[in-house]
Amino acid sequence: MKWLAYGAACAVSLAGASALAQKSAADAIADYRASLQDGNPADLNAARGAALWNKARGPKNASLQGCDLGKGPGVVAGAAASLPRYFADADAVMDVESRLVHCMVTLQGFKREELTAKPYSSDGQKATEIEDLVAFLYDESRGMPIAVPTGHPKEQQAYQRGKQIFFFRAGPYDFSCASCHSADGQRIRLQDLPNLTKTAPAQAAFAAWPAYRVSQGAVRTMQWRLYDCFRQQRMPELKYLSPASVDLIAFLGVNANGGKMAAPSIKR
Amino acid sequence: MADPMRIRAQAQGDKTTVRVLMAHEMESGQRKDSAGKVIPGWYITEVTAQHNGKTVLSAQWGGAVSKNPYLQFSFKGGKAGDKITVTWVDNRGESRSDEAVIA
Repeated sequence: MKWLAYGAACAVSLAGASALAQKSAADAIADYRASLQDGNPADLNAARGAALWNKARGPKNASLQGCDLGKGPGVVAGAAASLPRYFADADAVMDVESRLVHCMVTLQGFKREELTAKPYSSDGQKATEIEDLVAFLYDESRGMPIAVPTGHPKEQQAYQRGKQIFFFRAGPYDFSCASCHSADGQRIRLQDLPNLTKTAPAQAAFAAWPAYRVSQGAVRTMQWRLYDCFRQQRMPELKYLSPASVDLIAFLGVNANGGKMAAPSIKR
Repeated sequence: MADPMRIRAQAQGDKTTVRVLMAHEMESGQRKDSAGKVIPGWYITEVTAQHNGKTVLSAQWGGAVSKNPYLQFSFKGGKAGDKITVTWVDNRGESRSDEAVIA
């Protein structure tokens, strides 16, 4: 029935073609995404990720099927929607990507430095294993409610630190995340910027990452999204899986609680 | 070995709609690398779709089709449970064939 609904959406947008002149840039971008969502290449990444997940690999020749993402060993469905959370075995708050790397190190025997040396693919290159696996993990949480926990003291600390980082102004531009993301109606060129301090925009933003970036021909993960925001602010590099990155994701996730996961989505 | 395609087929009345997402680089053969050398073309040249063994779509493609092509088509006939097979061949002679069942 999904494609029927999509067909209906097409008919509506055609009927509205006469009103094209009044259409805002945001509407046009939304239409563009809707027209591509059905053939989202991230689905291919998720399929590759599923194969990687189930395959025995690494020095220990083990699969990731025993990985505990917070819902018990081997439970993948819905796990990404309730991360970051505190893990007693690592005594740390972890997001999807840091937990994935943790499992690849502890279960499969990979070296952490090798896994994190190049987590993102370059333009035109094949997706990295981490990108494929992350696409798979989020795909398994599609439609699930976002439920990032705050029960544990370390989870609360992560949220508070994330909040501090979000509002911390620094760098040559004297920017913070909040400079762009704490007011309504802000934009960079044509791109509307969500006000991440409000529930609805935070839910929409958190639910939509990771995403397939058409302009880059690649799946981009949540860690990449934050890394790139830091780069755009001319901040020092946000290190992959660093506590600061997990804290920020925890802050965004808690703000987005109650929303519905829709990742991997598609972006321009 | 190329990655699998994602095929979804749905029958409604006497019409079946098939949606296929293929994993392929689709290098056009027109681009140059950073050293100025032309990157050799690598793209799908033939696509065939069969319904219970009978060809319902046959297409010839070139380098102008996008990376990871998405193809949607419909044909008359077909009912839930029938088999759809989609096959592509690229200019290197590699091919990939995947099956799906009509929902």
